[in-house]
Amino acid sequence: MDVTVTINDTEYERDVEPRKLLIHFIRDDLDLTGSHIGCDTGNCGACSILLDGVLVKSCMLLAVQANGAQIETVEGLADEGALTKLQQSFSDHHALQCGYCTPGMLMSATALLRSNPHPSDDEIKKALQGNICRCTGYWNIFEAVKAAAE
Amino acid sequence: MSGTTIAPERVEVQVEKGWAGQSVPRKEDKRLVQGEGVFVDDIKRHGMGYIFFVRSPYAHAHITSIDVSKAETIKGVYGTLTGEEVAAVTDPFFQIAGAPGGNIQDFALAVGKVRYVGEAVVAVVAETRELARDASELVEVEYEPLPALVDARAALQKDAPLLHEEAGANLMWQGVYEWGDLDAAFAEADRVVKIDELHFHRFNSTPLETDGALVEYNRGTGQWTIHTNNQFPGFAAIMMGPAMKCGLDKLRFVTQDIGGGFGNKITSHPQLVVCCLLARKLNRPVQWTEWRTDFHMSMSHGNERWFHETEVAVKADGTLLGFRTKALDDAGAWLRYEPLGGVIWAQVTPGMYRWRHVRVDFTQVATNKAPVSPNRGYSRLQHLWFTERVIDIVAHELGLDPVEIRKKNYVRADEMPYETPNGCVYDSGDYAAMLDIALELIGWDGMDARREEAKSRGKLLGAGIGSTLDSGTNNFGQSRLINPELQFSGNNEVATVKLDIFGEIVVTLGTTPQGQGHETTAAQIVADILKCSVDDVHVRAGHDSYWNSHAGFSGTYASQFAVTGLSAVKGATEMLRAEIFKLAGAVFGGVPAEALELADGGIRIKESPDAFLPFMACGAIINANNAGLPEDLGVTLNCRYVYRPPFEVPDVERKFGNLTLTYAAQIHAAVVEIDPETGVYYLVDYAAVDDCGNRINPQIVEGQVMGATAQALGAAIHETFEYDEDGNLLTPNFYDYHVPHALDMPPLHTGYLESPSPFTPLGTKGMGEGGGAGIHAVCAAIQDATGKIVTDSHNPYQRVWELLQ
Repeated sequence: MDVTVTINDTEYERDVEPRKLLIHFIRDDLDLTGSHIGCDTGNCGACSILLDGVLVKSCMLLAVQANGAQIETVEGLADEGALTKLQQSFSDHHALQCGYCTPGMLMSATALLRSNPHPSDDEIKKALQGNICRCTGYWNIFEAVKAAAE
Repeated sequence: MSGTTIAPERVEVQVEKGWAGQSVPRKEDKRLVQGEGVFVDDIKRHGMGYIFFVRSPYAHAHITSIDVSKAETIKGVYGTLTGEEVAAVTDPFFQIAGAPGGNIQDFALAVGKVRYVGEAVVAVVAETRELARDASELVEVEYEPLPALVDARAALQKDAPLLHEEAGANLMWQGVYEWGDLDAAFAEADRVVKIDELHFHRFNSTPLETDGALVEYNRGTGQWTIHTNNQFPGFAAIMMGPAMKCGLDKLRFVTQDIGGGFGNKITSHPQLVVCCLLARKLNRPVQWTEWRTDFHMSMSHGNERWFHETEVAVKADGTLLGFRTKALDDAGAWLRYEPLGGVIWAQVTPGMYRWRHVRVDFTQVATNKAPVSPNRGYSRLQHLWFTERVIDIVAHELGLDPVEIRKKNYVRADEMPYETPNGCVYDSGDYAAMLDIALELIGWDGMDARREEAKSRGKLLGAGIGSTLDSGTNNFGQSRLINPELQFSGNNEVATVKLDIFGEIVVTLGTTPQGQGHETTAAQIVADILKCSVDDVHVRAGHDSYWNSHAGFSGTYASQFAVTGLSAVKGATEMLRAEIFKLAGAVFGGVPAEALELADGGIRIKESPDAFLPFMACGAIINANNAGLPEDLGVTLNCRYVYRPPFEVPDVERKFGNLTLTYAAQIHAAVVEIDPETGVYYLVDYAAVDDCGNRINPQIVEGQVMGATAQALGAAIHETFEYDEDGNLLTPNFYDYHVPHALDMPPLHTGYLESPSPFTPLGTKGMGEGGGAGIHAVCAAIQDATGKIVTDSHNPYQRVWELLQ
């Protein structure tokens, strides 16, 4: 099936098998490998992206369901290599170690800060509860998001 | 030095103080926060095929037939590989064990029989991931089911199902360790505390990135290039080369970014062999990315262990004299790194305590469950959990305070370096001082009032301590205590540092970091020696055996980079510095080294600083403008250094010797609040205090402390690989295997002490594993809150509820 999506302001048109997951379409077909896969059950959030402004786990959608959508992935956050405040804050607060969950974390936190620029500690935790990190224990991630919101 | 932090903060780097010891921002971060890391599944090749494994639905069964013909007829399916083909072209993997475990025949795919649910039976390769998975369903495998052995305690019974006929029984390895004088200790004891059974459960660290590889075969040279996230290529190579009947020069390992490892990515060599065979057979690059469910079912579970018939000799005042126990270790279906777990625990034989009389009768058996392999804190955390349980159970039985019994029995600061009963040397530390920091962070003195307050709300509040060691930098000679025939000993790591043609300082490491920030800490060491900025130091990302910067034990595992890796970096950089002095001396016309100094990215004459040779000129002269240099100059500006820690081969007869070079320590303290109606409990306060000697980058160290804490808390409360009686894994994904989420995290206080190691070039100690201190602390806190003895390392809410009935 023909699928047209716009990802980080670039339009892509591809012939896609109907059963292909959106995350595999983004990673394998379009070579945007920043979004990751950490599970096969929708639990880990490493594939989180913004689809028409809404935070979604891209392993929980088929590529064909994204036809016509505007998508944002981690590759679209920085502007010509200039990190966003949130990305810089992740580095400053050592909110990443292996960096595998980081793209999904950043997208979840970006969605949070857009809808709620000054979240409480509890709101930060709730916003990140769909993203698993096995390296940091989350504490530094909470600090990074909090600092980026200030 | 000691201190505490409540929330980590970015500290401004003060260059004049030198780079080491400061929280320098990580070089790795810029690519990782932009999604520009290169993880193994990100790598693609033209015409590559995707591998999917057909796996056993039975825990134990004969394979009576395999038919791949239907799958192979599908358009887009490139081919298959069966166990029979593997057995025809490879030898069984080398076994670390002698007989009986050493007799087993382990191939990369199941041959003739399957021994656990999820064991790989056939590999299918196709044009897309989806097609490979679909085609695998057309592979017809007939099985003749056999009874399954799930409980290790039944493994040695006469009627137990037999996994490996070649071994004759399910016993894989057995050894008796005894040091001191047990009879005298028990005769001297005022009390003998007996504990029938303690159980350490099966779990692992579940790195978020699963295992994977992209393998290319070069027909012309007969060489494989293996892009992989295996975290110990040195070990993979010595397993794979003999099995594949090729020299190690034919196996090129390449990694860049690895999405967590924690030991779980050490034993992927069977799957890598399958990839290699398929790349050759199909004459195309093949790619394998493990699905999460496959990882849970088949990879790298941590060692499950029982401790039976434990007896503890103790004086009335709480002085611990010694203990004896029978350890029973469940290796799962194959010995992929085992039976090394049968000796690794002995690195920390007495835990942190001064008892001198110890007997451990260690037995390892095979069961119809996934094979175990190293998992953060490997084999030591089981033993340290045991010693901590013993301490708290003894305290409970004798009515002693858990703080006092620890302080009375901890190895003391003035006894360091301290030789343990089995010849290990604890290098430095002050455990009692660390405990004081932890108790203060958690508000231990006010705990009685908090207990009362909780009681008034109908809740049970309790506090517990977990003391633990993170032994690092293995002496691989310990493997001889398992099998005296083995020819391994010592350890090594490599770094190269060079000055390139435009003055670039380029560093290569033998390690395979998975988030530990090696690029950053290596640059800190180099910058201090060459008096330049960390920004001027280019550390190559990842590992490539083409770089010639690796040795037999290269990799990232077992808490050692700050010792082995950074000592290699230091050694190579000092060689380079000496060469720069030699070169400059010659260029300046015979100026002696004493008259020269490094400054501002170059070298100059102290007395006349205008005579300055920038690194760029040094690199250019040697690499591209070297006519006229003295013949005997002996300068290449490309220096390779192998760090070899000072070890002796252990005494095999006495099972005696120093098994690791450094002993980082952790003291954790936890406060739990339990609802007695339901058993549901929460961690309401938590402190983690760490001492890993000199900290090259405190922020990275603290990150490791936090991560190890989170994994321990997950294991203590939620995470378990549990099997039903037929050998089906009940927790094969992140729904059933609940790892901690953002909302699960307790408030955390961290603290530190810095006791430099006298045995390492930088005063550092390997760290990052944390020895499961959180598991110990949670068990102790539950025991304190309920007044009931805790005998299992895994305490989900229902178990706590049962404890209270």
